[in-house]
Amino acid sequence: MKDVLIELLRNEPLVYTLMAFVPLLWILPFALFAVWWERKVAAHMQDRLGPMRTGGWHGWAQTIADILKLIQKEDVVPSAADRMLFTLAPFVVFIGAYAAYAALPFSAAYVGAGIHIGLFYIIAVSSLVVIGLLMAGWASNNKWSLFGAMRSAAQVVSYEIPIALSLLTVVMVVGSFDLQEITKAQSGSLLNWFVFQKFPLLFIAAIIYFVASLAEVNRTPFDIPEAESELVAGYHTEYAGMKFALFFLSEYANMFAVSMIAVIIFFGGWNSPFGDFVSGPFWGAFWVISKSLGFIFLQMWLRWTLPRLRVDQLMYVGWKVLIPFSFAIILGVGLWVMMAT
Amino acid sequence: MEAAIEKPVTIPGFGRPLRSHEMVINMGPQHPSTHGVLRLELVVDGEVVIDMIPHIGYLHRCFEKHAEHMTNYQQVIPYCDRMDYIAAMSNDLGYAVACEKLLNIKVPERVEYIRVIMAELQRIASHLLAIGTYGMDIGAFTPFLYCFRDRERILDIYEETCGARLLYNYIWIGGLSHDVPSDFQTKVGDFCRYFRPQIKELNNLLTYNKIFIERTANVGVLPADVAVNYGASGPVLRGSGVKWDLRKNDPYSIYDRFEFDIPTGKGEVGSVGDCWDRYIVRVREIGQSLNILEQAIAAIPAGNVQSAIPKRIRPDASEVYVRTETPKGELGYYIVADGTTSPYRVKVRPPTFVNLSILPAMSRGAMIADVIAILGSIDIVLGEVDR
Amino acid sequence: MIPQEICETLKEKFPGAVLETKTEGVLNPCVKVAPDRVRDICLFLRDEETMAFDSLMCLSGVDYTGGKLGVVYHLDSMKRNHKITIKVEIDAANPRCQSVESVWKTANWHEREAYDLFGILFDGHSDLRRILLPDDWEGFPLRKDYTVAEYYHGMKVPY
Repeated sequence: MKDVLIELLRNEPLVYTLMAFVPLLWILPFALFAVWWERKVAAHMQDRLGPMRTGGWHGWAQTIADILKLIQKEDVVPSAADRMLFTLAPFVVFIGAYAAYAALPFSAAYVGAGIHIGLFYIIAVSSLVVIGLLMAGWASNNKWSLFGAMRSAAQVVSYEIPIALSLLTVVMVVGSFDLQEITKAQSGSLLNWFVFQKFPLLFIAAIIYFVASLAEVNRTPFDIPEAESELVAGYHTEYAGMKFALFFLSEYANMFAVSMIAVIIFFGGWNSPFGDFVSGPFWGAFWVISKSLGFIFLQMWLRWTLPRLRVDQLMYVGWKVLIPFSFAIILGVGLWVMMAT
Repeated sequence: MEAAIEKPVTIPGFGRPLRSHEMVINMGPQHPSTHGVLRLELVVDGEVVIDMIPHIGYLHRCFEKHAEHMTNYQQVIPYCDRMDYIAAMSNDLGYAVACEKLLNIKVPERVEYIRVIMAELQRIASHLLAIGTYGMDIGAFTPFLYCFRDRERILDIYEETCGARLLYNYIWIGGLSHDVPSDFQTKVGDFCRYFRPQIKELNNLLTYNKIFIERTANVGVLPADVAVNYGASGPVLRGSGVKWDLRKNDPYSIYDRFEFDIPTGKGEVGSVGDCWDRYIVRVREIGQSLNILEQAIAAIPAGNVQSAIPKRIRPDASEVYVRTETPKGELGYYIVADGTTSPYRVKVRPPTFVNLSILPAMSRGAMIADVIAILGSIDIVLGEVDR
Repeated sequence: MIPQEICETLKEKFPGAVLETKTEGVLNPCVKVAPDRVRDICLFLRDEETMAFDSLMCLSGVDYTGGKLGVVYHLDSMKRNHKITIKVEIDAANPRCQSVESVWKTANWHEREAYDLFGILFDGHSDLRRILLPDDWEGFPLRKDYTVAEYYHGMKVPY
């Protein structure tokens, strides 16, 4: 796609700038849909209906109404807050979440930047989110926000290790960090997907990745940073209007990014589950997006079912359960790969 | 590291100046989890609470002063409702029983049975709210809605009987304000049959959930002797293993005719007297209340619920102290009469006022998240704490 | 033990401190004691085996008009299943009474409330501050001769 555009416009920097906006074309409608979907999923699990009126059919326009409301709200900055950090924080969080989309292949024909170290880049750049959270918590001049930010920083940094380790297992099998390579290695049939390979090691790695990714995106049972019942709203207590909307958008963008990484690494990416049937460049995008939506549904399901872990229990799970298991899996997969060659 | 800061910051009630690594954080009057307008000043060292100073009085509505200025003992009853607004029937019942003892009135049998049924339904409704909001404090949002769905059925029964869902003014001195509708027994029986399986669903979803147990077991342990010395009552006392329930130990109304058990905390998943024990006592009490309900609706006699309501209430100069078992604990009314038609002094001893005073002792050394868990397990209603 | 026996035992143990007993023909048997011996009497009632009053049910202030305030203690024994009421009468001009916080921790907040609403000072209380009313409120509302202040922080109080 990049080549087509370069042919057309003959201006490489312009093409790159335009392509940087392409994931936004997906993220914005997705966030609109996901917020509505979350409310519907929550409602039906709680034996009620959820949005029913805005827009007619099951309140599909609810999020649009919410965005309109947020846009016209007064942008409040607390008088004692650090103005520059306060304003920058939501953007840093969004950049951390958004930059990961550059290396995610939506289909065989489209990937924003086909980097050889795609996975490594994604893991590295999504750590920017922590800086944004710390900025938000500190700049709000609010002890509760500070608590939320500190807890969040500790949590995100700790859970990056099991994420990286569990993803490394697949890298060992494929021999490359390039996401398109990893996806191509899973083509063929359903059983070629890495979650079913080297059974049960990569299966457990997938579970470890999924649990750790819940902690990365601050979803229950790891939503201590935004623990509504304890910290009012954690690090985004003091934010109003569009800045708050940007935090929300970043959360959903991040959710989709980690789900998509799970799908690409373990569940076949843009490969169709039926082998060659129903596959192709556009079907690829359909498959990867629907599989990611399945994981997002799983994340929502867990949020409305499970209580929240206390912060020290959360750290315990990360450091004393997930990391040792990840190390064991890496050892196992390494030995397996060595024996096979 | 341990040096005191330059200009020592003192906090009333704390007892010593703050050290440099300590921080005062305010769980202010408005907070999603303080169950009302309660201000908790926490002195924390990181996440660990070193001391806690509760500030109450935000909902003080001068109940006792109002009671002295009423022209009539009956007029105090709507004010009683509004103290513990979650369990209004129990407040009315306590006051009515106290006044009837003062005036030496014997109410008809029908009134007694209906009062017991209303009080036990109220116990279930109040515990459902306590359990639901407790789950929400811990982070599980769904049980809250399931509990409220079931609580709606009870409120529907109340609405059919006396017209109100939350503040009833139903139990009057000497009787009741309305008789129950003709399908009352069927409705309550249907509710009991519907609700028993729901307790199992709640247990599957919340009670035995590993994360819930991690959050509540061994948290906020209250030893039995400390509980008795602090005057704890209700599920807080029973959660510490003390088998004390006024319905059995100091019976009032016709509770001695029913067979039911008193659940106590046994430290099944942690220590005796932790938050989980207090929680499970409430869940099991709901089951026991269902037993009482089933026995009561089978035996309601006929009669006139308003035959014993006195035309004029003018007790002699005397005083009485009567305590009843509300869902929150032991509610006491100390009424001093001076021979006129209005009370001379009405002192209310709210169970949650006393239970809340134990909170600082239970939360020293706990983490902030634990403070929320402990506060939720005490189940306070600020309307009652502040009156 | 019936109230009569409790009163007899108290009269023997604390001669001079027990001022009056009322156990016959009343709904609420009570003992009136001197305000400066309350703590000793309560300690005795709690620790003595035959009494075992391990729980203070309620502590209330009362305004007996005519310049007298009172404190009423309702005690209960969970072990022995008996109750008694202790009454104390103090002057409104100098309302001091011994604190029983060291005997039952329940009394902590109850005495703060009695101080808040009646102005009764409890000697030996660890933290006697107002509890229900704001810390800078003037006056003691539950006294019979209380008149509400006109303004509080610039807000008109009676409306």
